[in-house]
Amino acid sequence: MRDPNLQTAILIHRFGFVPKPGGLTAAGRDARAALLAELDQPSAYRIASDDLFASGEAFRAAYGGRTSLRAERLNERHEANAKPQMQADGNATPKMQGDGEAMASPAAPPKQVRMPLIPALIYRDEAKARFDAAFQAPIGFAERLVWFWSNHFCVSADKGIVRAMCGAFEREAIRPHITGKFLDMLLAVESHPAMLIYLDNANSIGPTSPAGKRGGKGLNENLAREILELHTVGVDAGYAQDDVTAFAKVLTGWTFARLKTDPETAGEFKFEARFHEPRPKRIMQRDFGKDGIAQGRAVLTMLARHPATATHIARKLVRHFISDDPSPALVERLARRFRETDGDLKEIAIALVTSPEAVSPLRSKLRSPAEWMSGIARATSPTSVDLNTMLQGHNLLGYPLWRPPAPKGFSDSSADWLAGIAQRLDIATHYARRHLPQGEIVSIAEEAFGPLLTKETRQTLERAESRQQALALLLMAPEFQRR
Amino acid sequence: MVHAPTRRELLLASGVLFAWAHMPKLALAEGRDPRLLVIVLRGALDGLSAVPPVADPDWLRLRGDNALQGDGVLPLDAFFALNPAMPNLHRLYRAGQATIVHASATPYRERSHFDGQDILESGLPRVGSADSGWLNRALQNLQPAGRVASNRAFAVGPITPLVARGSAPILSWSPPRLQPAAGDTAARLLELYRHTDPALAVAIEERRDLARIAKGGGMSMSPQKPGEKPTGPGAATRVYFSEAAGGAAKFMARPDGPRVGALAFDGWDTHVNEGAANGKLALLLAALDGAIAAIETNMGPVWDQTAVAVITEFGRTARINGTAGTDHGTATVALLAGGALKGGRVIADWPGIGDKDLHDGRDLKPTTDLRAVLKGLLRDHLRVDERALATSVFPGSEAVKPMGGLV
Repeated sequence: MRDPNLQTAILIHRFGFVPKPGGLTAAGRDARAALLAELDQPSAYRIASDDLFASGEAFRAAYGGRTSLRAERLNERHEANAKPQMQADGNATPKMQGDGEAMASPAAPPKQVRMPLIPALIYRDEAKARFDAAFQAPIGFAERLVWFWSNHFCVSADKGIVRAMCGAFEREAIRPHITGKFLDMLLAVESHPAMLIYLDNANSIGPTSPAGKRGGKGLNENLAREILELHTVGVDAGYAQDDVTAFAKVLTGWTFARLKTDPETAGEFKFEARFHEPRPKRIMQRDFGKDGIAQGRAVLTMLARHPATATHIARKLVRHFISDDPSPALVERLARRFRETDGDLKEIAIALVTSPEAVSPLRSKLRSPAEWMSGIARATSPTSVDLNTMLQGHNLLGYPLWRPPAPKGFSDSSADWLAGIAQRLDIATHYARRHLPQGEIVSIAEEAFGPLLTKETRQTLERAESRQQALALLLMAPEFQRR
Repeated sequence: MVHAPTRRELLLASGVLFAWAHMPKLALAEGRDPRLLVIVLRGALDGLSAVPPVADPDWLRLRGDNALQGDGVLPLDAFFALNPAMPNLHRLYRAGQATIVHASATPYRERSHFDGQDILESGLPRVGSADSGWLNRALQNLQPAGRVASNRAFAVGPITPLVARGSAPILSWSPPRLQPAAGDTAARLLELYRHTDPALAVAIEERRDLARIAKGGGMSMSPQKPGEKPTGPGAATRVYFSEAAGGAAKFMARPDGPRVGALAFDGWDTHVNEGAANGKLALLLAALDGAIAAIETNMGPVWDQTAVAVITEFGRTARINGTAGTDHGTATVALLAGGALKGGRVIADWPGIGDKDLHDGRDLKPTTDLRAVLKGLLRDHLRVDERALATSVFPGSEAVKPMGGLV
């Protein structure tokens, strides 16, 4: 099967990354089966590494808790590596204050470990693991789903200690659930300390709760509002300010364990009953009687099963994978599948990939900066990618890893990324000067695009004045920009 | 690849400047050559902390220990004062070159940032699928006089903001941080795009035009030199705001520079520990104040022809929330500065801040439609046609009369 057919090339590019050499041929004639086979292999979308910290561990390491010995090893490992460039993640001195006063007096740090750097070191390790996963993925459909959900439920490394937890958040709350139920992912995300800190719920206190009665502290409605607006039903679902306030009360007590009171589990999720606003609540015409943590779970369950959530998620999926202007018929089909299967994300992925729209030859979506950067490495590099090159490329293109501009995540609209095309040209030129691969550039193009490669692009590559220029032009070719 | 970008540069990359490349004909005929720079504060500015109503009898009761008052504020008139972090704006106010419009809001009455920003930037009366911004549509309604250096507007940063989108063409320009691609490579790519993907061709062509302006203009927005790190709390933000705004002003001050531009600054969403007096918000306001000063300096002689409008998607709750911050609210302030203004005034139909006065029992009640302010500026400063303002620039705003006498 030397010539993969056009449909295979369309599917692999639309749902995966730019293929590695041989990737199109390996996908064979039934590319849909190959895409879906990735979903049956948890190893394709989980990341296991002894070097990575669970989010609680990361928290304790950063604040000098019980895992500080491990933190010391982390530091040694990075110092052993050739001069880590701390600026590459964009913020060498993360702010540690503001995320929990209880953490103000951590145990004395062991010698040599510069505490403020620990979150930055952890961030770099997590970023490397993520870039490696995208580099190694056979096709990358599962990884693309991870990226989609991670952006849907985004947190930001720019919010204090979240820098140390954002990678763990993705590994713990997103990756295990991409082929599971939406409700399970929702529960994992909204009870994750990174999310509770990012959207300010960790210090939200019920006005008449035991802690609230002591005065000084109270409700913060940020998380409740964004769960409704961004994570589940969407802004037009008919909820009002009262619903937001009531939901914020439901979520009081969803916080993380503090170092002072829970040294063993500090930084992990904790339901703090003293913070919780008691009594039944009413949200979107539904009564939630049972109190405590069960109340929050009940509201999240209601939201996960709300018909508006199915439509909201379906539209976002179609917009991400297929078109900026999603076909209402396809959105409705996916939404129906969501409702029929109680939000079974694997079934929805199957419905998406097997839809007629999935093989549309109209490749109108611009690859996001992250997809484009990963594609460069996959198409041209025999070994894994250089971490700084990747981080800096993301930064220059306005897509800094795990640092979205707002809780809505990075834009998924091609129009928004079009203005950065000129910047991609500078990056492509720079990359071509430094990382010229072996072999003919035209052959690399054939491996990556097969029948999608146009004669115009082929001609442009063949007529380039140098191999460097040919590589830069390949990375900028419409085939490489769109999917 | 090159040096690792600093935080400041990253912010710069997400910053936004766009501008129109013609001179407005009608204003020119009056012997003026006006500049309009719009600054969008994303995240919702707490107007009550920026411009506290210090003489309102309910003020202390409302904000308690968090109420700015007494020696801690810069007096504006008998009723309002300015946050102490903004001495430059205060100086301009006293010189008659700054106006504050209080208790103003867009027509949006919900509390979603994203919908609120869409309404603010699109100029549409309600949430919809907005694909163009009011400033862009205002440009389409201006009669162009002589063309300036380029025939397009431009945007700084890799993402085009909504307020800048539309059929008045926009250029994208980013401060050069990598050695730019050789002209020959760009030319070959352009040739390929023209045959296979015209939308990509446009994106590359625009950049070439802008590189020409930037080169001719002696723009000093080069990357920060290694080892040159701003220090102190909020210093990076201060430097970034000033450089982005000052850079925009430098472009706009040139005789062949664009006359209309926009910038966006993020980070005003103060849910936790707002710090109006000496915390987070105070640092942000100080950075904004520095940006206004940088605009004044870099506009040079055309400052007299300049109006700067600082707007935000909505205000914040009147009361402090449970985490010493404020949640999403409704009315807030619009800050206007520039030598073209008839300033030195706080314009407000003050709704009061007693419990019964608050919108939905929680927010400062809007009494001035922000569109009236913007329409007034566009009509009297740039000479945008009033009918166009009511229909295509701010559709459905016939009932909202442009506010006269601002300039």
